[in-house]
Amino acid sequence: MDIVILGLPMMYYIAMVAKVLVAFVFVLLTVAYSTYAERKIIGHMQVRLGPMRTGWHGLLQPIADGVKLFFKEEIVPAQASTFAFLIAPIIALVPAFITFAVIPFGGVIEVAGYKIPLQVASYVDVASGKVYDINVGVLYILAMSSIGVYGIVLAGWASNSKYSLLGGLRASAQMISYELSAGLAIVSVFMLSGTLSMNEIVNLQSGVGGFDWYIFKQPLAFIMFFICSIAEINRTPFDLPEAETELVSGFCTEYSSMKYAMFFMAEYANMITVCAITTTLFLGGWNGPMATTIPLLGPVYFVAKVYFLIFFCMWLRATVPRYRYDQLMHIGWKVFIPLGLLNIVATGIWNFILQ
Amino acid sequence: METLFFLIISLVAIVSAILVVTCRNPINSALSLILTFFCLATYYVMLDAPFMAAVQVMVYAGAIMVLIVFTIMLLNIRVNASKSQSHKIVLGTIIGFFTLINTAVIVFKGRVAIPSGPLTGEIIKQQGHTELIGREMFTTFLLPFEITSILLLVAIIGAVILAKKKI
Repeated sequence: MDIVILGLPMMYYIAMVAKVLVAFVFVLLTVAYSTYAERKIIGHMQVRLGPMRTGWHGLLQPIADGVKLFFKEEIVPAQASTFAFLIAPIIALVPAFITFAVIPFGGVIEVAGYKIPLQVASYVDVASGKVYDINVGVLYILAMSSIGVYGIVLAGWASNSKYSLLGGLRASAQMISYELSAGLAIVSVFMLSGTLSMNEIVNLQSGVGGFDWYIFKQPLAFIMFFICSIAEINRTPFDLPEAETELVSGFCTEYSSMKYAMFFMAEYANMITVCAITTTLFLGGWNGPMATTIPLLGPVYFVAKVYFLIFFCMWLRATVPRYRYDQLMHIGWKVFIPLGLLNIVATGIWNFILQ
Repeated sequence: METLFFLIISLVAIVSAILVVTCRNPINSALSLILTFFCLATYYVMLDAPFMAAVQVMVYAGAIMVLIVFTIMLLNIRVNASKSQSHKIVLGTIIGFFTLINTAVIVFKGRVAIPSGPLTGEIIKQQGHTELIGREMFTTFLLPFEITSILLLVAIIGAVILAKKKI
């Protein structure tokens, strides 16, 4: 306990490694089983059974899929730009995972007399007892999501195939335009919270028995942010970049084996991250009844909310048909951006009146 | 620890900056430039300026480089043929050498060497870097800020008019 390395106690390093592992394994497992859940849920919604053969009710399906993809032959097209082709899946996957570093998934727990905040990039200052995290957490998330665009653009371009290129161009145009409206929706949350730190934003929503969530104060911003996020991660009903009826499989047409699996994982990891961000910003994060008194309840509430939102995404996929490209652009630029600006003005006026 | 981290990041920054110039494929050059911007963002984090770091990644690595990558892709610039460029290398070395001396003199002897003012490191840590930038931008520098936004608006409208044949 008393070992000090570079001015920090040993527990600090152990806690850091443990938190990174927990967050990473959580995302990885959720990625694997959300593919299964998606097939199962959509199957039942369409009065089918979904995967049934591998294990009890198909429970081992994700593992079987993973093993299958792992042993497939890896093909790099002859005319492809090799370096960009190889690096694109990595660029797509990494931002989706590292965004989780700033999301608080629980309150402060105490292990062997050492206080650990359940958020990867944070620590408790022993002297003052305050929790410090990246104080620009939300901007970090926006920055990482803008890096994710490269993976898809490069994949589309490096494949040297017309379907891939069209898919990549569509994807990047869509992601860039919806990033704007998602950002505008978040601004109205900042105006209420007055801080960019994720930890502070969650703490500010802990009033009224753990139900003082921003969704009740900013319903319009919540709806806009969630729709824009779904569009930004290219999920149905906005999955035009990989519209299989028009573009074969969009930007990942030429990919095979584990590289294809990495794009697949990136898509699901992005969905989980977006659901976690929405939970943190609008649904009170790990807050809930009794969450402040019993610290272990925090992660339970957090995971429950994230899983509900993931279920909602799958529900949307089973319900809503795909949008046309001009409709998509129309909604993004002519509906969401003016609405977002109006929402900011309204929030400003409201704040001014309250003062 | 921090010095070691700084040295590693600097190594990556220098290698990627060299790759920007030496890569034959323009896309790979652009990717190296993005890596260089990332390293710059890391420097900002180490200087206790997280807001600058986030904006660096968002604006430079995110927005501006996406446009450059787009342009390269759509114009389909191919790998340029190798030409004899020895005179350019000599000229570039001389210019680079003098720029280095110039920068060193400015950094170590110039006015920016030891900046003085009311904002010391302690005050920035106390009040928050983001809060200070925001407050200054909307009080002291409000007029330049608004003029910049009008400039950007003019540029956007200009782009729309140029792109649209009939309005």
